[in-house]
Parts: sequence; structure tokens; C-alpha cells
Amino acid sequence: MTLVFGAAVVLNRNPVASALSLVVSFLGLAALFLSLDAYFVAIIQVLVYAGAVMVLFLFIIMLLNLQAEERRRINWLAAAGGTGVAVILLIQIVFTIRHFELARQTFPPLTSPTTDDVRNIGAVLFSNYNLPFQIVGVLVLVATVGVVLLSKRELR
Amino acid sequence: MITLGDYLIVSGILFSIGFAGVMLRRNLIIVLMSLELMLNAANLSLVAFSRFRLGPSGLPNYNAQVFVFFIITVAAAEVAVGLAILVALFRARHTTDLKDISSLKF
Repeated sequence: MTLVFGAAVVLNRNPVASALSLVVSFLGLAALFLSLDAYFVAIIQVLVYAGAVMVLFLFIIMLLNLQAEERRRINWLAAAGGTGVAVILLIQIVFTIRHFELARQTFPPLTSPTTDDVRNIGAVLFSNYNLPFQIVGVLVLVATVGVVLLSKRELR
Repeated sequence: MITLGDYLIVSGILFSIGFAGVMLRRNLIIVLMSLELMLNAANLSLVAFSRFRLGPSGLPNYNAQVFVFFIITVAAAEVAVGLAILVALFRARHTTDLKDISSLKF
């Protein structure tokens, strides 16, 4: 499901349909995270991507009042080249994974009785990764200021 | 049984779809969406490895999930800035097509 709707994102001609396919694709990805016992990441995925980012995309599409793009003359050489490069990349990835010994093993069962996901991630985040966390905070601040500046009508 | 390779292959296919979108599409919004797909493919393989290589207490390796958290944060900031640039560009040029925005091209 994730893959089908991911392909629909690229193939759809209408940006709104494309954005909605992306939502479904992200929800499928969140389900995959759940199957990997990563509850915190799955919830963050739904909240941030399927919630915030997609609302942002849809808002911009509505704001700019984009129609389905008119049928342009497709540059077949460029399209074939792009598809070819992507397919070659895919073949390389699959080939590498096929020759990767660990990839044939199944997942070991969790031996701990409880998976207290949020607490454990929080402990790691605020102890080992405290400095990167603060740097990300500064990055978000800079992004906010930049977005406000870019959205102003005219710069003086 | 589901192996680690299955998740990695799904992640690889998702990355290739995103890459094809960046290469093929000429609409700037859809190029940004494809970038999101590629970042999420990386997240999926990180979480799969986190579950595969258990930590000392029999729990998943949380370093990878913290890394995924950072990727999601940075991706959200990147999308916000990208869309703001897109809106500014649309005001100036009235288009979101990459073919029409080639002033900087040599």
C-alpha cells in the first residue's frame, strides 16, 4: 500500500490527488513502523507528516490555486533518462541487499517484558544527544524566521 | 517469516520512487513531496536496523530512533522553508514549473 500510493504521488497529474496519495503512503509507513515495535516513531510520523506537513502542502496548493498542469509536450528523451537512472538505482539497491548476509535473518524477539518506548527514547535523546537536540532547536528557530521573512510582501 | 531484507527492499523501492519523482516531475510542489518520500525511505531502513540489532537490555537500539526523530524535525523545517520559497517565487513569476524558472541556468 505504501508503495502503490508512493508511485501515485509521482504519477498523478493533479497536485491535490498527489498530496492525498502521499498522506496514505505515510500512514502505511507508520503501520510499518508499528510492526517494527517503534511506537513513538509511528506516532510522530502520523502527527508530523500526515498532520502538519500535509496540511502545509494542501494549504499551499489551495493558496496558489494550482490546476492540473496542462498537458505539455513531454520530452521523451529526458523522461526515459530519468526513469532509466531511477531503475538502475533500484536494481543496484536490490542487488546489494540480495548479497547482504544479515538481510536473510529474521528479527530477534524482544526479550524485555515491556517496551517503554517514549521513556527510553527520551532518556537517550536528553543524555547522549543533548547537544544535537539543542542545535535542532536553533535550526527550527532559524527556519521560522526565514519563512516569516520570505512570506513578507516586499522586503525593505 | 519477514526478514530484515524485506524491509530494506521496501525502503529501497520507496527511495527509487522518490528519486524518479525528483528526476521526472517538473512541478516544484511534487518535487518537494518526492524529497519527503526519499527521507522517509531512509527512516524506514533506520528503524528496521534499530529493531534488528537489539540493545543490551533486549530492547531496540534507540540511537537509530533518535536519529529518525532528528530527520523528521529537519525535514519539517526544510518543507516549511521550501514552500515559503515556492510562494515567493509564485508571486514573482506566476508559475511553479521548473522549466520556466531557468534564469540562473548557464
